[in-house]
Amino acid sequence: MNRDRTLPILGAVMLVVVLAGPLLPQWALFLVTIAIAKGLVALGLMLLLRAGLVSFGQALYYCIGAYTAGSVGRFFNVGDMLVQMIAGAAVAALVAFILGFLLARYRGIFFGLLSLALSMILYGLLVKSEALGSTDGFNVLPSTVLGIRPSEAWVRYVVAAVGCGVALLATALVYRYLRTPLGQLAPAIKDNEIRVEYMGTSVRNAIHAMYVIAAALSGIGGALAATTVGHIDPDMAYWTTSGEFIFITILAGTGSVVAPFLGAAIFGIIHTVAFDLSPNTWQMSLGTALLLLIVFLPDGLWSLFTRRKAA
Amino acid sequence: MRNFRKLATAVAAALALAPAAALAQDAAPVKIGIVTFLSGPAASPFGVPARNAAEVVTELLNAGKAPAPYATKGFGGAPIQTVIIDEAGSTTTQVTEYRNLVQRHNVDVVIGYVSSGNCLAIAPVAEELKKLTNFFDCGTARIFEDGSYKYVFRTSPTQTMDSVGAALYVHDAKPKLKSIAGLNQNYAWGQDSWGDFEASMKQLVPKVEVKTSQMPKLFAGQYNAEISTLLGAKADVIHSSFYDGDLEALLLQAAPRGLFKKSTGILSAGETVIHKLAAQIPDGTVIGARGPFGPYAPNNELNRWFSKEFRDRYQVPPTYPSYQMAQAILGVKAAWEKAQAANGGKRPSNEQVAAALEHLSFEGPGGTVKMANGKGHQSIMETAYGMSKVVGGKLTLTNIKRYPAEKVNPPDGVKGADWIASGFKK
Repeated sequence: MNRDRTLPILGAVMLVVVLAGPLLPQWALFLVTIAIAKGLVALGLMLLLRAGLVSFGQALYYCIGAYTAGSVGRFFNVGDMLVQMIAGAAVAALVAFILGFLLARYRGIFFGLLSLALSMILYGLLVKSEALGSTDGFNVLPSTVLGIRPSEAWVRYVVAAVGCGVALLATALVYRYLRTPLGQLAPAIKDNEIRVEYMGTSVRNAIHAMYVIAAALSGIGGALAATTVGHIDPDMAYWTTSGEFIFITILAGTGSVVAPFLGAAIFGIIHTVAFDLSPNTWQMSLGTALLLLIVFLPDGLWSLFTRRKAA
Repeated sequence: MRNFRKLATAVAAALALAPAAALAQDAAPVKIGIVTFLSGPAASPFGVPARNAAEVVTELLNAGKAPAPYATKGFGGAPIQTVIIDEAGSTTTQVTEYRNLVQRHNVDVVIGYVSSGNCLAIAPVAEELKKLTNFFDCGTARIFEDGSYKYVFRTSPTQTMDSVGAALYVHDAKPKLKSIAGLNQNYAWGQDSWGDFEASMKQLVPKVEVKTSQMPKLFAGQYNAEISTLLGAKADVIHSSFYDGDLEALLLQAAPRGLFKKSTGILSAGETVIHKLAAQIPDGTVIGARGPFGPYAPNNELNRWFSKEFRDRYQVPPTYPSYQMAQAILGVKAAWEKAQAANGGKRPSNEQVAAALEHLSFEGPGGTVKMANGKGHQSIMETAYGMSKVVGGKLTLTNIKRYPAEKVNPPDGVKGADWIASGFKK
């Protein structure tokens, strides 16, 4: 596929969102921001998926990012979005760096279940901590940017625009990373690990690096979701949340760094339409959508674009 | 590309149709967003009975078939239209759907939320969007203890009242009590319920011995280990805020081992299962209904009307979530009509309705509701507890004691926990 145009396309889409933002209704801006937050997590999952690793516990870092953002506000009274996202990414990356020594040794189902177990441990700890509101969680401070608090009419737009900018930056970095030798190792690891080792590279280090990057992306996503929603609770670490991210990643496909954001946006739209049209059976609509996608677009939504080029 | 276009068209069409489907009726109806669990474990005990109550009450109000003072059709003559949303899913989902209700469906009022976590998440969003929002069921006292709101209300009492009422009842019914134990779910509701009950008991009986506090995880389903521990603890009373599925499992597992025969059980949310599990509840078990609801509802015209209409339609008696939903709708109706009258008969704004609901006192099927706490945004009500007695296969309640609202709720501006610690100082 033609990779060279990815960044300009992404930039153009983000620019459209930023320019069209003031015209969009607030509920749509909210959907877009949440899609960006979830897209960042799915982007991390996609990195791991390229190496054949499925993390069933990416919600761990999503939740760490969110709780870091919330704690920065709760304990240090800082509501700045940028500070929250940087802190969220840093804490998530640090935790991933430590856990990575353990996880980078596992593959396949063991990697998946171990990551699931770790996220459920965080869930359990948060549920038991009454100081952090237990299952009820707590409110995040209203978003500010560089010390300025946008008015209520503009806050949704500002959050969406800043989220867009940060996501663009993160995606560009990931795009660069994928073109480095380390980044290009992932499919090779998936195909044949032993061969990669014979090339003189450490598979474990490569996976460790990938794992930390994925965690940092999830941390940013969690922090963005926290400041957007304004409330955090332990359900963010629950396995169903991880499942949702895998759903988005499968929906999107691994064809491009843009795909996860598209997947997250489509997921958000399907979800909200299903909620609206069939309040009693929305789960069935969501399930049907995924089933149809797997049957007709086994490589995800992104294959719609690559097919066109092949034709 | 063709594929993509098809997909885009379908998505666009679905988005465009969604709000249109709910529109189109006669002169300016009042749109109410109703949010409650329609799926998941909380649907059958809370969500569905509440939705049923919303349906029956709004229909009767629209037909003008409610007794005084609610006989006016709809809200001040304007018909009510409801948009029902499932409360299942993460708080992110709920905040998204709340925004959709307000900004896409343009509802006038939102009534809903069972989960305390959702209530805490929605409250600041409601303020941001300036939309009158009434929480009908969630129990956490934190909403108005930690925050102050203009557009957010709760017409049902807090969990503090349930725990204090339970402690007062136990103290009255068993003056010689020496020890207590707890079995509560390990999440915010269970932790807060037990915390307030334990603190209240220590105030009422300073020398009370706390034998054990068991905290199994939510929806665990298996309680044999906890039952063994409680049997060994031999406490005089066992407090549990379990509800529905968990409560049924507990009662079924406890019955053969005689747990609640050896120690008196006090089930603060027990009312939701008394119709199903009469045989498994030993006589003398203390049953709560989170307020004067269900079997504790007063015998007044509103209650006779509501329980008869509900039973005729759904073949089961209404439980407390149904009462809470009915009173949430009636409270907003009372405020709406008061504001409309003050506005010269014209449709009131959200600000006017909110101002009218502040410190309002209105009648519901559970009796008088006073919006006395949280600067006029949090209701207080009397509460009642009683003991079970099975008569001819049906569970009846005996030895019912009622506690006035001011006796089981903290004064305005005082946190529940501080109030209990002060020895219930007024």
